[in-house]
Amino acid sequence: MMLAQDAAANLSSGWFLEHAWLIAVVPGIGFFLILAVGKRIKDIKVASLTIPGGGSLFGVASMATSLVLAAGTAYQWIQRVDSAGRTNGALGSFGSSITGMLRAEGEGNYITPVVKSYTWWRQGGATFTIGSHIDGLSMIILLLVAFISTLVQIYSLEYLRGDRRYTHFFAALTLFAGGMLTMVLADNMVQIILGWEIMGLCSFMLIGHWWEDAANSRAALKAFFTVRVGDVGLLVGVSIIFFSANSFATRNGFGSGFDLQGINAWAQSGTASHTAILWGAVALFIACIGKSGQFPLHTWLPDAMAGPTPVSSLLHSSTMVVAGVYLVARIYPVFHTGLSINVAGSHFNLIAIIGGITIIIAAALAFVQTDIKKVLAYSTVSQLGYMMMGLGVGAWTPAVFHIFTHAFFKCCLFLCAGSVSHSGSHHSFEMKKDMGGLRKKMPITFACWMVSTAALCGVPFFSGFFSKDEIIDNAHHAGYDVFWIIGLAGAFMTTAYMTRATYLTFFGKPRGAAAVEHDDAHGDAHDPHDLDVDDAHAVQPHVAGGDHGSTTDDHAHQPVMAMARTVGDVADIHGDVDADDAKEAVHADDAHHAAKHDVHHGPHESPALITVPLIILATLALFSGYLNAAAFSIHKFTDWVSPIGGQFFPKIGEASGELPEAAFKWVNALPSILLVIAGFAVSAAVCISIYGDNASPLKGITKRIVPLRWGYKFLFNKYYLDVLYEKIIVHGVAYPVSAAAYWFNQNVLDGIVNGAGKWARKSGLWIYKNVDQRVVDGTVNGSGAAARGLGSALRPVQSGKVNQYGALLFSAAAVAALVLILVNT
Amino acid sequence: MLISEFLLLGAVLFCIGVYGVIVRKNAVLVLMSIELILNSVNINLLAFSLKYNDISGQTFALYIIAVAAAEVGVGLALVLLIYRNKRNISLDELSEMKG
Repeated sequence: MMLAQDAAANLSSGWFLEHAWLIAVVPGIGFFLILAVGKRIKDIKVASLTIPGGGSLFGVASMATSLVLAAGTAYQWIQRVDSAGRTNGALGSFGSSITGMLRAEGEGNYITPVVKSYTWWRQGGATFTIGSHIDGLSMIILLLVAFISTLVQIYSLEYLRGDRRYTHFFAALTLFAGGMLTMVLADNMVQIILGWEIMGLCSFMLIGHWWEDAANSRAALKAFFTVRVGDVGLLVGVSIIFFSANSFATRNGFGSGFDLQGINAWAQSGTASHTAILWGAVALFIACIGKSGQFPLHTWLPDAMAGPTPVSSLLHSSTMVVAGVYLVARIYPVFHTGLSINVAGSHFNLIAIIGGITIIIAAALAFVQTDIKKVLAYSTVSQLGYMMMGLGVGAWTPAVFHIFTHAFFKCCLFLCAGSVSHSGSHHSFEMKKDMGGLRKKMPITFACWMVSTAALCGVPFFSGFFSKDEIIDNAHHAGYDVFWIIGLAGAFMTTAYMTRATYLTFFGKPRGAAAVEHDDAHGDAHDPHDLDVDDAHAVQPHVAGGDHGSTTDDHAHQPVMAMARTVGDVADIHGDVDADDAKEAVHADDAHHAAKHDVHHGPHESPALITVPLIILATLALFSGYLNAAAFSIHKFTDWVSPIGGQFFPKIGEASGELPEAAFKWVNALPSILLVIAGFAVSAAVCISIYGDNASPLKGITKRIVPLRWGYKFLFNKYYLDVLYEKIIVHGVAYPVSAAAYWFNQNVLDGIVNGAGKWARKSGLWIYKNVDQRVVDGTVNGSGAAARGLGSALRPVQSGKVNQYGALLFSAAAVAALVLILVNT
Repeated sequence: MLISEFLLLGAVLFCIGVYGVIVRKNAVLVLMSIELILNSVNINLLAFSLKYNDISGQTFALYIIAVAAAEVGVGLALVLLIYRNKRNISLDELSEMKG
């Protein structure tokens, strides 16, 4: 805008940068198309290939279009960066100090974002705009979201085939991505709220996709309400920032206090009131806690596993949970100034503390999960903690880079889990019951899983290493030693729980559904201690049928089957007696199922629509880290994405004359590498002794030793946070409120409503009698009668007799002549 | 000048013509009455033409004669067709209206 006009003059722009708003509009159009015509489109069979109907292709096509547009935008943004001559990467190879000097020059190399802003509406002197704001950060997230969404939609074509709400699923999935893209594109806070809320709504629809099961709709409600608690913070924070920054922003030509650049410049200007910016930052961060599943509002994320696996995958990798991290990164100056990040002598701040706590508690919870998706869910929470902690210690670029790499390997892990359940364990996600030994049956899924796991754990030369290690390293470098240790501990725990999950899923002896006989697998083999824990596992309905392609009437009975089986599972976990009928139905159906498909009844590799996205994502999980591999002095990502300190971005670390980010040294990476190895070794040894065949003193250790049993129960019940929220907070606060609200409703509101109703009825009757019957009907009848009378009066004129016509003609002429004479004389 | 006599003749012819049009039932007689009306107009035109010594009145009368001839031609053709269809040329019989 106003700044760096000189620099902007020779920066290249382009069609994609100018029309970036299309990226978010296309999924919106796709959404309406799917809803409008989706249900009328039937599957088309071409030879052996089935083209899926139900409007799903509109979703895939709109996401692919967005991907192309986002790729064009990314390409032109990189050209723009290159045209500014910001050659950190090239110089970086000579030594980081040169890079540091170049960056210290700051201002001149600032790449002006491409901002397109249109007035949405005006009110009370404030102008609300809607538009696009393309800079390095939004460019990379747009690309990421479009890419992951496209792959997930392709995967869903197969995964949800035959689902009874196939069309609505794709509509919601497309709108979900559209909401995230709207938010990422935003050039002002109002648009961020818009995208944020669209995502909240869509996550509710998608998590509760199989709402016939009470547990699923409960999970959807939980996700919606927990995030909503945080959203209050968003509204409060945006309001605080608006009223504090508005005069500064208007004076300096940024439009209003909603404008992102205006807010950033205001936070950097030093004129901001510290109280305002502190509480604005805190309120906004509460919103991010809710959205990004940070402690203590992380409880909704694991329950969100109730949705179909592609939803979990999308939700946990690139949309929704990343939104909170994105918001912090987007208006980083507000947090940087407001929460005093990187101020000399400070060792703690809100973001880093919350991030650090989240890393540890989520990683600890991942150890006691038996549901593979829940392990991954807690892993996501933990990794989001890393991102937040990175932002909290001033490691902006590594944190954003971690968003980027994490999206690929976490998406891949979820899709692997989906693939395992789809084809390997007969739609179960229980690792202890229904998995094990699948590595030989599903080689592609296994390979992708291993690559992504290595990336997640931060094994050197996989992508996670280059992002997560940078965060840990920077925490140390910036003087936040506590968080450095937390980061290292997190790396150890990550490796350990992922080793456990891998062992349970792919190694050892096949159990339950992963063994061949499917019909015995369901409903019986619950661990005894599951029963005394009140909180149920996420219950996965088995809607997508076991063997597609071979018969079509298989689809017809699926809804019934899914219902029956789900009811059976729920009842079983709660130890309910009435469920026997439902269970029998399940068994009968299973037997029917197994008898019918005797060709493919064992675990097998998933079809290509599932494995191809897996392979693509695993490849990226392996290689995406090399965009910013500090170990090899590659700084492409930093060049393209990270803004240079100045008016719109804090000069991180430059106050103390240090480099903005830590220079990479293998010595610094050594502790985390060693811890990863240690984590793997310890966990593998423990897993083999606990879950293996041989007798071991460790077997059942959590049941024999009392403190360990307590610890296990404490973790299993998720620190009793759900109990706290639901029993104490909700019951303590909501019940009196709802009782009062009920009284008010019954006595006051109903009184008013009934009174209004009676009055309306009386006045309606009066109007009927007087106005309607007399005036209106009178007018209508009168005009009818008048027309009738006139008609019959004029009827004789049209006699059809020529002589009469002639007489009329001449008499008229005579009259006219008479008039003429009288007038003229 | 005999102008008032001419005009009187024209007025008488006009009145006879109008009487014929209104009263006569025979279509041919009605046509003839119309001819009378037209010619009464012609007489008026010629009278004023003579009085003001202007040739355009006589020219106009010639035009009217030509148009009247055409009109009678069309009229007689209509009458002929009516006769073929109805075997009758009484105008009262032609009406199909109910009024």
